This record gives sequence, C-alpha cells and structure tokens, in this order.
Amino acid sequence: MEINRHYFDTVIIGSGLAGCRAAIECINHGTVGVLSKLYPTRSHSTAAQGGIGAALGNEEEDSPEWHTYDTVKGSDFLGDQDAIEIMCYDAIPTIIELEHMGVPFSRTPEGKIAQRRFGGHTREFGKAPVRRACYSADRTGHAVLFALYEQCQLKGVRFFQEFQVLDIVVENNAVQGIIAVNIKDGSLHVFESKAVIIASGGYGKVFKVTSNAYASTGECLSMLFRQGLPLEDMEFFQFHPTGLYGLGILITEGARGEGGILINGKGERFMERYAPTIKDLAPRDMVSRAILTEIREGRGIDGKDYVYLDLRHVDRKILEERLPEITTFCKIYMGIDPSEAPIPVVPTAHYAMGGIPTDNDGRVLRDIDGSVVEGLYAAGECACVSVHGANRLGCNSLLDTVVFGRRAGKAASSTLKTATKGKVKKERISLIADCLDMIRKSNGRETVASVRRDLQSAMMDKCSVFRKEEELKVLLDELQALKERYKDISIADKSNTFNTDLLEAIELGHMLTLSEVIASCALQRTESRGAHCREDYTKRDDENWLKHTFAFQGDKGITFKYKPVKLTRFKPEERKY
Amino acid sequence: MSKYYTFKIKRYLPDENPSTRWDEFRVKLNSMERVLDGLIKIKETMDGTLTFRKSCAHGVCGSCAMKINGQNRLACQTLVKDLPEIIEIEPLPALPVIKDLVVDMTMFFHKNDKVLPYLINEEPPPERERIQSPEDQHKILESITCIMCGSCTTSCPVFWADKEYLGPSALLKAYRFLFDTRDRATEQRLEAITGEHGVWRCHSIFNCVEVCPKEIDITKHILKLKRLAVKKGFTGGEK
Repeated sequence: MEINRHYFDTVIIGSGLAGCRAAIECINHGTVGVLSKLYPTRSHSTAAQGGIGAALGNEEEDSPEWHTYDTVKGSDFLGDQDAIEIMCYDAIPTIIELEHMGVPFSRTPEGKIAQRRFGGHTREFGKAPVRRACYSADRTGHAVLFALYEQCQLKGVRFFQEFQVLDIVVENNAVQGIIAVNIKDGSLHVFESKAVIIASGGYGKVFKVTSNAYASTGECLSMLFRQGLPLEDMEFFQFHPTGLYGLGILITEGARGEGGILINGKGERFMERYAPTIKDLAPRDMVSRAILTEIREGRGIDGKDYVYLDLRHVDRKILEERLPEITTFCKIYMGIDPSEAPIPVVPTAHYAMGGIPTDNDGRVLRDIDGSVVEGLYAAGECACVSVHGANRLGCNSLLDTVVFGRRAGKAASSTLKTATKGKVKKERISLIADCLDMIRKSNGRETVASVRRDLQSAMMDKCSVFRKEEELKVLLDELQALKERYKDISIADKSNTFNTDLLEAIELGHMLTLSEVIASCALQRTESRGAHCREDYTKRDDENWLKHTFAFQGDKGITFKYKPVKLTRFKPEERKY
Repeated sequence: MSKYYTFKIKRYLPDENPSTRWDEFRVKLNSMERVLDGLIKIKETMDGTLTFRKSCAHGVCGSCAMKINGQNRLACQTLVKDLPEIIEIEPLPALPVIKDLVVDMTMFFHKNDKVLPYLINEEPPPERERIQSPEDQHKILESITCIMCGSCTTSCPVFWADKEYLGPSALLKAYRFLFDTRDRATEQRLEAITGEHGVWRCHSIFNCVEVCPKEIDITKHILKLKRLAVKKGFTGGEK
C-alpha cells in the first residue's frame, strides 16, 4: 500500500469561513495545508444568507454591550458570558477587517456597510429590534467565503480539494496529524503537523428535513468522540423557522428583518401572541415552536402542516435588492413570486449549537476541568465555545466562524516555535486502510441509502423541536438497531476513482454515532431550554441544569459530565420577548 | 403528481472500462423534484456506481453543473416537470472526465488564478470600512453572484477551440475586481486579461449568458472589460 506523506506546520480541516479565516492567520507564521471534501468555495458557509452581526451602529445607535446581552438571553443563559463578550466586542474590528479584505457588503446611502434587523437582536436590552446584521443582499455567506478564500490564494495557502478526512490522530493527549483519502483516485494521504484546526462545519444531515448541504455530516466530531474525547451540549440543535415547505431550503430570517410576517391558517399574525414586543423577530427556537404549535392545534394553512411567510406587503424593490436569492428560490422551487403570493414554510434542521468543546482560543478541551489536547483546535459550527448556548441568534454564526477562526489560528500559530512535529504511526494508517478496504469489499444485505433514510426519519420524528422521554428511549433502541443494520451493509462501487458510494458509507457510520450522542444528551437533560424542548419537562430548571453537558464514549455506552456555565454580567432571568 | 422519466446517462467508469456508454434508468418523480433528486434515486435504488457531485442542492454551491438535454445546467436547480420525459445527461463538455458526470475542473479553476482573483489594495486601511457608494457597489453586484459552477466556460465555443482562453468565468472574476472601487491593481489585471488568450477572444456568442444558472449577463461584463482595456491603452489585440 502506497502512502503519500505531507508535512505542514498547521493542517486545517474544512475550507468554509472558519477554516479560511484561520488559514489567513496561520500562513503568516508557517506552512498551512487546508483539506476540504469539496472544492473550497462549495463549503456550506456559502449558503448563509441574511447577515453577520456586529454593533457597528451604521444605521442606528447600537453597542456591543447590547449585542452581548441579546446573545446571552438568546442562548437561554447557557452561553458562556466571557466568550460571548469576546465575540460581540471582537465583532466590530473583525467585520471591518473583512471589508478591508474585499467582502462586497451592501451599502448605506453614505457608503457604509448596510445593516438590517434580525431575530433576537435588540436595542437597550430588549426594548425594540435593532439593525445589526451586516449583509451582502441575501448572499452574505457567499460574499464572505469568496473574499476569505481569495485572500488565502493571495497569501499562498495550499488547498487539498476533494480530500476526505478519515482519521484525526490523537495520541498521548496530543494531535499527531490526520489521515485522508484523495477522492479523485482513492489514494491515502497522511498529513503530519504541529497543529490541527478542525473547521468542518455542521451535521444537519442527521435529520430528514434540513437546510444543510449533503456534505454536512459531522464525521470529524465523531472521530474525536470515538477516541474518548468529549462532545459538548449535543442536545441543542436549532431548527430554523422558515424552511421552504417540502424541501427544507432556507428562507433567511432577513426576510422577516425586512418586514415579512408569519401567518397561520386563520390569517392571524400569530407571533404577536408568543412574543408581543418583537413578534416575528423573536429568536428561532421560539418561532419554530410557535409555528409547530399552530400546526398541531389545527391552525396550519388549510389545516395542513405548514404556515405562510408573507412578504406581499414588502416593497418589491426591497425584495429585488436585498432578498433576490430567496425570491429566486421561491420562483424556481415553489413556482411562486413572493411579492404576489405567501411562501409556505415549516421549520428545518439548521444549526448545531453543540460540538467539540473549546476554550476561548479554540483549544480543544478533553475534560470539564479545562485540560486540552495539545495542538488540537476547533472553530465554527463544529466547535462549542460556547457562545450560542441553548439557542443561537441569527447572524451570530458567521460572526462565530470569523472571530473564533481567527483566534484559533492565532493560538495555533503562537505555539509553533516550541511545538513538536506530530507523528502518525504505521499501525494507525494500516488500521484506517483496512477499514476502508472492509467497507469497499462489504457484501451485506443492507444499503447505505436505506439505513440513512431510516436514521434521518427517526431523528426527525423523535428528536427534533419537541422531545419526550418515551420517544427518546424508543429512538435510542432504534439507533441500536440501525447500528446493527449498518454492520450488514454493502456498497455497489468497488472502485478507487471518485468513489462517493464508499464515502457515503463512511459518513453514515459517523452520523449514527453522532445521532446516538444527540439523543442520549437530549434524554439526560430533564428541562426545557432554548432549542431543547422537553414536553415532559416544560420549564427551564436553573437550579439543576444551568450547566453544559459533556458526553464521553465509555466502555459501556455514553457517559456524562457537567461543566458550570460562565456567568459574568447577566443573571439568568425569564426569557420574554 | 408523480410521473415516470427516463434518464439517459452518459457513463464512464475508468476502473471497469476505458470507453463510455449510455445507460437508461426509469425513475418516478413528483412535480417538485429536480434532476438531482432523480440522480440520487438512481444511485440509491438502481446503480450505486453512478457518480456525480452534489452539495447544497439549491443552486448556491455550484457542485452539480452538468449537461442536461444539451444545455449546461445545475441538476439541483432543474425541475423535472420542466423537461421532456426523456432526460439526457452528460458531464460538462470540454473538460477531462474523471468518472461518469464528474469532470476534472483543475483547468477551469486555474484560469481564475491568472486574473489575480483577490482584492489588491496596499494603501493603509482606514480605521473603519472603506466607503463605497451603493451605486458603486451595484456595479459589481451581478458579478459577485457567480458560484463558479463552470457552466459558462465549458459552453463557450472559443474555449472549445482554445483551451488557453481565459473564458467567461475568469473574465467575470477580473471584472469583479476591476470595477470594485476599492481595488488598486487595474493595470496589472488589465495586463493579465489582454494577452493572446484573453478578453479579445470573446466574440459575443452569448452561450455563457444562456446557461448561467445565476442569470448573470456575462457578455455585457466582458464588453465593459474591453471598453476599459481600450480606454486604458491595453489594446494588445488578438494575435
């Protein structure tokens, strides 16, 4: 077996916003190799629409202090306040820096970066919505990703596109490097390094209806978990209120920021009942629950399982200038013009608040006591700092990627002088090669597609917006059965060249692991907080649950530890909008 | 409302057979489904070896460009109800095929590298954002929506004949920076696009405009590039 060996001071997994931003930092201090299973600009960051938050105050008075408060409250007080403060204050220079790098932001009449309203972002600690989301029409992720990737090119970052990571090698509490396959020809590659930054994005594909890309399968998280490292707050998964009905395609919260409202089957603007002050611009967890409550109580459109997002009263010019992309989606996929007809929407799995636990500089934690894995970093959606706590506010995810991508890059670079080069042992490579071979030669009775379909349906039915004990227990049994079925798969494509059949089988194995973690964490947390809504424990329980979940792979199944939330300025209070 | 469609797919499986063949699959799809859904159904239930790229599935990542009934399109953005019952699918033309519908896009991306595809401005940045009027931002608005799917360049007859030709996508990228008021590399970039295989090769055939899934009027942008090149004295011309 021929192995291709590479060395880079820093290896980055993922070329979305967090990965590219980290690379820009690292390339000033050493060599950088970035791996992506796609072509870099195809990363899912490109699908982010509405905006990136920063209290620039370009359109009206704003302050990073208000931003901090909103984020803490949005997180249902589970976010770590020291980290949130860093993010919200760092936001301003970070966005300015993005502009200097070339991001083509939309502009105010004076030529400054334009800003709009977004869910849960308010002035003066909750008094009224504020214009905080900096945007480039409704293609903000695309605009930022291209600019960052372009800067990486300018600075000479080396990209390995269409390389799938198979293993992140952690030994003796230090990262040694990674093992990957070049999708194009099936060749194995080992990347040794002093530092590895994981920026691999989310894992919405564990759910049936999602705004996430096919690539969002979360294997890097599972790779760490299987080696005994913890995952944090995995029970918190955000459902975006407005996914296109039947497809799950995202319709940005910016649509409501520009004046869109939600209406039920009786023609009522129902958010007035759930969030009297900021109504349709309430945080996503609340709006998603409100929509599903309306549907459950028979007030969906014609009694069916969707509601309308109504933009008919919004000036057509605003739709054309600020929301052109979602207007096009409606036309292409639903055959409707949003200025003439309301858009059928339903919540769609959107964003993982939980992930790889890190400190405020992206260092990966290996326990609740703050001890770290030497040389290993994580940033972006795959990481849990935690700045989003139990529920992320819109336009804070792009912000998280660039603020913490940059910080992780800085932290990784600062250790290069003293760090030792990682060493990936031959045995480990053989193990991975054998694994790959075994799946390639598999000859069972199950297909990847059928196991995956059943997994996605089970997670959607029993672990999405509303959860309860009986269902979660049934789900965990179903997941065990699915894991058994997975052992009996076969794949049709036995070739080396661009074998997506093989890669999908690998991804599915990791999706099963992650799903079990999500469901187990959800079962443990006997309270309702943010996106985690237990129908059998409907109240938030600060006395027992104001703490982060750390899930570990034990010998006899998943074990849990809990870490206190960092509270600084804001005491938990009832969350009303 | 579901209906059967026949997918005729040009196959190339180099590990098995060095030559290409056409395979046919009958797939039942509803009126909301896309060509990509059809391909996924085939892969999941009929032939797991069928290979294509996909990711976002709603026209923003640019992974799934392919030739559908003779025209370069995104599979995720093409609804089957808008097509005849027989759907013929081939890889993007004029690029080396790796496998089935997957082409090697190295050549395509490499063209981009030649036009200095990044904002260049070495002046010390101001404390806040660089000021740009909405009107100036509008000048680059269309060009920044490009998703680099490759539909345009691979549909261009000039590219078919001259593989060195920069092509519509890279030229659009050049435009995106040349007309960005914040960029300072006008001369360098004009130099890069006015060579033998550059902007003058465009004969306004409009294939690129016809196929662009983001409906960018690429030819218009290339014409503006030519005008700028003439104005700035970069009239090197076709050799």
